[in-house]
Amino acid sequence: MSKFKNYSTRDKIFTIIVAVVLTLFFLVVLYPCIFVISASFSSGNAVQAGKVLLFPVDFSLEGYKAVLNTPKVWTGFRNSLLYTVGGTLISLVLTMTTAYCLSRNDVPGRNIVMLFFTFTMFFNGGMIPTYLVVRQMHMLNTPWALIIPGALSVYNMIVARTFIRNTIPDELMEASMMDGCSDIRYFLKIVLPLSKAIIAVLVLFYGVGIWNAYFNALIYMNDRNLYPLTIFLREILLVESIDPSTVADPELQAKIASMAGVIKYALIVVTMIPIMMIYPFIQKYFVKGVMIGSVKG
Amino acid sequence: MKNNKLLKKICSRWQIYLLLIVPLVYLFIFSYLPMGGLVLAFKDYNVRDGIWGSPWVGLKNFAKFFGSSKFPLIMRNTLTVSLYSLIVTFPIPIIFAILLNTLGGKKYKKVIQTVTYIPHFFSTVVMVGLIFQLLNNRSGVYGSLFTFLTGETAPNILAKGNWFKHIYVWSAVWQSTGYNAIIYIAALAGVDQSLHEAAAIDGATRFQRVWNIDIPSILPTASIMLILAVGGIMNVGFEKVLLMQNNLNLNYSEVVSTYVYKIGLASGITDFSLSTAIGMFNSVVNFILLVIANWGSKKLNGSGIF
Repeated sequence: MSKFKNYSTRDKIFTIIVAVVLTLFFLVVLYPCIFVISASFSSGNAVQAGKVLLFPVDFSLEGYKAVLNTPKVWTGFRNSLLYTVGGTLISLVLTMTTAYCLSRNDVPGRNIVMLFFTFTMFFNGGMIPTYLVVRQMHMLNTPWALIIPGALSVYNMIVARTFIRNTIPDELMEASMMDGCSDIRYFLKIVLPLSKAIIAVLVLFYGVGIWNAYFNALIYMNDRNLYPLTIFLREILLVESIDPSTVADPELQAKIASMAGVIKYALIVVTMIPIMMIYPFIQKYFVKGVMIGSVKG
Repeated sequence: MKNNKLLKKICSRWQIYLLLIVPLVYLFIFSYLPMGGLVLAFKDYNVRDGIWGSPWVGLKNFAKFFGSSKFPLIMRNTLTVSLYSLIVTFPIPIIFAILLNTLGGKKYKKVIQTVTYIPHFFSTVVMVGLIFQLLNNRSGVYGSLFTFLTGETAPNILAKGNWFKHIYVWSAVWQSTGYNAIIYIAALAGVDQSLHEAAAIDGATRFQRVWNIDIPSILPTASIMLILAVGGIMNVGFEKVLLMQNNLNLNYSEVVSTYVYKIGLASGITDFSLSTAIGMFNSVVNFILLVIANWGSKKLNGSGIF
């Protein structure tokens, strides 16, 4: 700030300490991200030997080539993309409908309904009872098991409801009703178009949530063709996918061992691509969304 | 007469009720039916008789859990990890937000914010994969830097059970501080700037202004966040723990929720009733803590979540 030289000595010291602490934290967060990207563009040997520190060493694309040659990455990517798009749509419809209905303060019984929703935020049946319900609904081993059980986040619904309440004036509703607009028409023609900002936030929250989820797939799915990317990621990143000792050719064996690291880094980068692509567009909305959420609904 | 009016009001809003049918049915099926399924905790479930037909056993499942040799270990791990986590990850975003708010340069602030949000979007699987890669004592950042600085091979902290909690908590600080700070940054943005100006004219130092203006103004937000955090104390980030578990750290990383999963779905002989009972114990403890925290917060500063 230009006023800095006008500060008293104590303020100067304080400001400098603040700047240093923040910069350190900033670097600590940034460094691993850069490391991952650099490592993914390095050669397998350089990664395995721990030579990569900041920039790519022996620049190569072999990690990416290996990732793109792994069929299960493609399967997972396709499935995850489908589940994310479909699931986000379903979640959006459910959330916005509920939020709109509960944002209206001329509906008798709305408080009871609201309580019915909020109670589920603080108490739930737990893993096994939920599993049994999903099984009872014949959703096991279908994509629905990944999309439906978490489709309505009550927290997100409250955020959306607060948004509708705060940004769309009641007068607009009264005027529309006067002109004979029905409640559903008002929702579709007025509320939805005026809620673009919150819809963007919900898309980000739900989309990222589904894209990143792995546990539901772990317990509800056992058909490999339907697995989302995260399950395959878990196999590749955390459970060693190919045991080098099972390969007979010693040259190939060494090659696989040296590739293990770089493949993982490349894979991490590939998984982040869809999120990083939508992130810049939605970022400003998303900060707004969290802020709306912080206003007690 | 009054009833008539209410009825008329309800009738005039029929479309709203129509819209609400699907969400209500949905919530009933996926939230309230599982709550009903909690009766399993008091039964001895077998597939043939189903939930309702299986015989009642009272508190046998709870007794079995409390009496098992694993109980003290699991409770110790759960509480260690969650309290440690709370003590570290609750204040750090607040401090971060306050520092960021004090910082002058707008552009630099924006850059710091944008970069510190990014790790929040890493999935748990990627995050744990990242932890394993970066903390590898030979090829990771940790190993490379250690060798670079000392010339020796780094000790393998991933294989040491008592390191589990540190890795778990501090990786969460790395991942979520930026994101969790947003809510406080928003609260700080709402502080009346004339307060700062008046204080500055009266000769308050920057530190005094932070202490006397900024901190009191985010206290209500912080207390709500604290209530929510306390209410989730038994919910150790289950997905992350499960992924970070291995045979070497199991004695330090087995927490209630991972145990529920193993008993209920992952082990060869699954015991739905026992698993449900343990899960229910978990939920009930959380719920009680939430109510206590809310009550305490209302007593202390008059704001709570319900």
